[in-house]
Amino acid sequence: MTLGKWLEVLVNNGVVLRRIMYVFLAGLVIADLLIPSSYDRFPWESWGGFGAAYGFLGCLLLIGIAKALGHWLVYRSEDYYDD
Amino acid sequence: MTDVLHPSLLLFFGAAVVALLRGRLQQAWMLLLPAGVLAMVFSLPLGSAGAMNLFGMELLILRVDTLSMVFATVFAIITLIGALYALHVRDTTQHVAALTYAGAALGVVFAGDLITLYVFWELMVFSSVWLIWCRRNPVSMAAGFRYLIIHALGGVVLLGGIILHFLDVGSVAFDAIASDSAGYYLILIGFMVNAAVPPLHAWLTDAYPEATVTGAIFLSALTTKTAIYTLIRGFPGAELLVGFGLVMALYGVIYAFLANDIRRLLAYHIISQVGYMVTGIGLGTIMALNGTASHAFTHILYKALLFMGAGAVIHMTGRAKMTELGGLYRYMPITFLLYMIGGLSISAFPLTSGFVSKTMILEAAALDQRAIVWLLLALVSVGTFLSTVLKIPWFAFLGQDSGLRPKEAPWNMLLAMGIAAFLCIYIGIFPGWLYSLMPAPVDYNAYTVGHVLWELQLLLFAGVGFFLLLKYVGGKPKISLDTDWLYRWLLPKVALSAERLVDSLWSRMLGGLMRRLTWLVTTLIQHHGPQGILARTWPTGSMVLWVAVMLAASLLVYYL
Repeated sequence: MTLGKWLEVLVNNGVVLRRIMYVFLAGLVIADLLIPSSYDRFPWESWGGFGAAYGFLGCLLLIGIAKALGHWLVYRSEDYYDD
Repeated sequence: MTDVLHPSLLLFFGAAVVALLRGRLQQAWMLLLPAGVLAMVFSLPLGSAGAMNLFGMELLILRVDTLSMVFATVFAIITLIGALYALHVRDTTQHVAALTYAGAALGVVFAGDLITLYVFWELMVFSSVWLIWCRRNPVSMAAGFRYLIIHALGGVVLLGGIILHFLDVGSVAFDAIASDSAGYYLILIGFMVNAAVPPLHAWLTDAYPEATVTGAIFLSALTTKTAIYTLIRGFPGAELLVGFGLVMALYGVIYAFLANDIRRLLAYHIISQVGYMVTGIGLGTIMALNGTASHAFTHILYKALLFMGAGAVIHMTGRAKMTELGGLYRYMPITFLLYMIGGLSISAFPLTSGFVSKTMILEAAALDQRAIVWLLLALVSVGTFLSTVLKIPWFAFLGQDSGLRPKEAPWNMLLAMGIAAFLCIYIGIFPGWLYSLMPAPVDYNAYTVGHVLWELQLLLFAGVGFFLLLKYVGGKPKISLDTDWLYRWLLPKVALSAERLVDSLWSRMLGGLMRRLTWLVTTLIQHHGPQGILARTWPTGSMVLWVAVMLAASLLVYYL
């Protein structure tokens, strides 16, 4: 089977992959809650699952900022500089 | 080390030979030359050579120390990879430009004084612009001219700074520049133009996406990273760079999200990643500078890999916009997988090169107790992952079928990407090799449980957010205004209105002058013209009469 076919099989089983990913994500947070932190430079380094929360909220924040910036300020039509 | 040949000389000479060769011979030489340069750089002993005195200035053409070797090594590696990637291109101008450009970049990192540095700095500009122009369409011609003008201005500022610095200090030696030197800020600005620090960054995202597919690899690797080298050398610990670096990292990652052209998206990520390095230089500790140098090293490899992946797509489909791509993974699976390795590396995913270098800069911030720096840089990692690992792959390679049925990229492109991908993974798994090249001994372990858990949570949960918002994150057929708006829109408009104003004033002045002249001429014609009173021909009779009157008058006066 060629590489392209392999990828196609993976894509077609997206639902299974997604479930595996959910389990992995949950495992990550559980591990972070259980394993005592090895760093204490910042208070949040000892909060279990902070990375997950920061990643998720950071994603929403960045997409929000980008969308707002584009929509209200910087988006122009593609021929803006042509005339 | 007086009998050492400068690697740049070999590249310049080699570039001239490329111009003379054609066909298979040229291709063989295109590979032999960078391979030779790589071997030469590896074998350079530490020390210096080429000292000379020019008008009372002590020049040092070749200074080899651990810092210059970090950059020279990766420049030589990427020149070889870039040449392999461009092997199928039948355009001698591009090959000559790329090799000269690489030689000039090596010249900058080996320059021991500011004059030598400046000469190579300018040569980089004038050789690299051909990699944009060689796309040979009106858009890239115009972008190339803008690129040239901005760099020419940056070069003038740099030269001004160097002159002031020399007059003040009495030396052109290139080491850390004292903050009380007269040329401090001008030299800093000159370097910051090439590092693409906002608001002086727009040349990069304007021009790189318009460059040739193969030329963009050299562009993405060399200009900003020579600037990072000069900043590490000249301005370590300059506090204002922390602020600039953070703005840069965030700016790039947010603008990248707005881009539709895949290479423009990646170009904004150059700005963002160089932002990490600029921040690291500002932090200035040994850990931060090692982190910056190693991040520059890994960045060149993964960024070139990303540009090669995007370039392969453009080469095979002729399209660059996410809104016009999709479903390519079936037809270009190798390109897709290699691109993904670059994407994971730039996002600092564990087991890839970015993880062992980027986290070192964050660690330096943590050791310095800089909470805001640390949090913002972590936030930027989230954005990087979103754009390069999720957005481009989803909308260009996976996602909706665009109907495109391209073939896989040519073997030389795939091999070049494969080498870069191998190095990304190798460095990610065995960071010891990279760390052994660093200017100072590295006392850092990226693979602690804490680091890995943090990074995986950060990135993968960002992915959850992305798929939740999938409906809203696709590319839009729009362009985003950036600071180049000032000279692409505002300045021409101002110039045009100024021209109109001068034009109308001029014509009004001419009109006024004309009316006066017309009046003068009409008056003259009235008096002196053929019908004018003074030009009239008087009859002889009236003359005789007037003479008689005058004679009579004089006779009368005489007798009285």
